[in-house]
Amino acid sequence: MVEFALPKNSKITGGKIWPKPAGAAEVREFRVYRWNPDDGKNPSVDTYYVDTNDCGPMVLDGLIWIKNNIDPSLTFRRSCREGVCGSCAMNIDGQNTLACTRSMHDVKDGAVKINPLPHQPVVKDLVPDLTNFYAQYASIEPWLKTTSPTPQKEWRQSHEDREKLDGLYECILCACCSTSCPSYWWNSERYLGPAALLQANRWVSDSRDEATGERLDNLEDPFRLYRCHTIMNCAKACPKGLNPAEAIAELKLKMVERQI
Amino acid sequence: MSFSESHGSPKPPSMRTPLGRVRNLGAAHSGTGDFWRQRITAVAMTLLMIPVLVIIMMLLGRNQAGAAQILGSLPIAVILLLFIVASAWHMKIGMQVVIEDYIHNEKLKLVSIMLNNFFSIAVALASTYAILKLSSGV
Repeated sequence: MVEFALPKNSKITGGKIWPKPAGAAEVREFRVYRWNPDDGKNPSVDTYYVDTNDCGPMVLDGLIWIKNNIDPSLTFRRSCREGVCGSCAMNIDGQNTLACTRSMHDVKDGAVKINPLPHQPVVKDLVPDLTNFYAQYASIEPWLKTTSPTPQKEWRQSHEDREKLDGLYECILCACCSTSCPSYWWNSERYLGPAALLQANRWVSDSRDEATGERLDNLEDPFRLYRCHTIMNCAKACPKGLNPAEAIAELKLKMVERQI
Repeated sequence: MSFSESHGSPKPPSMRTPLGRVRNLGAAHSGTGDFWRQRITAVAMTLLMIPVLVIIMMLLGRNQAGAAQILGSLPIAVILLLFIVASAWHMKIGMQVVIEDYIHNEKLKLVSIMLNNFFSIAVALASTYAILKLSSGV
């Protein structure tokens, strides 16, 4: 059955309140989820105070400031710090998004609350284990598949056909959408989730690909595809403004189209 | 990563590779039929809703003879029968989706899906029998 409560060892206990930085004119409260695999304790939420005059405006800037100035043990992923790599995806103020593109000033009402992406195993602090997510991406075989002889130059594509990939190719695989989807929470072992399905539609929609039917065959499954109930959390969460729910609806339409 | 390293994981780790676990038994190559039928029955019910409401209002306050007289009309009986078939089918598919979503114990899931089928067929047949009986005046 679906689990509505956290497992015993995942229950969040009270955390440490770190002192306010000395001499700071303006501070912002950050409440950050902490869990260490080595100490055998339950997760906790630590409270930090960030000197906003000493760091950049984004939530990621705040986290880096905390790591540099208060607590070097705070663990999170980050790389490009400009919304391209998808590493710093986390749950900020109740919404999955990228810490590097969410301004801490957009978080209203008190503390900036930061948790790891929901319903994924946690490696440490804000770092989720996305092994299953990446395997699902690999399972849709995200590369061009052809049987025709490879042309001398590139595989050609009309402007119109190229436009069909807009809204699909921009996905950075940050996992904000999949981990915001209740259907994915309940059935992530069998449901591919919005991100993998949006990517699947990207390859199904590619005019150069010659394995469209085979791709649809591999998706046609009550769980892999049809666990999507158009909840739309994915579209709300996507930090790149994409609409995975629409991509999934297009896949379903193609499934029906080839049957009737 | 081992089980102890991940407090969020409800199950002990499998030794299968992640891709092996995702591919698992492969695609069932089904699901589109149920998806499409759920849409057909939804549209059918939407179209039938107003005529069915009108028929129910006509039946209000009448005795069995009066009801039998109204249901004796072929279009009225057909509208009600279509509504029963569409709604029972829609109910069966919808409930099955809910069961598949929330029940993860394979045995319990199979039994629930079976009971759901039996229940939907029983409701559909009982309602059909009642309409036919009244409309044929037996």
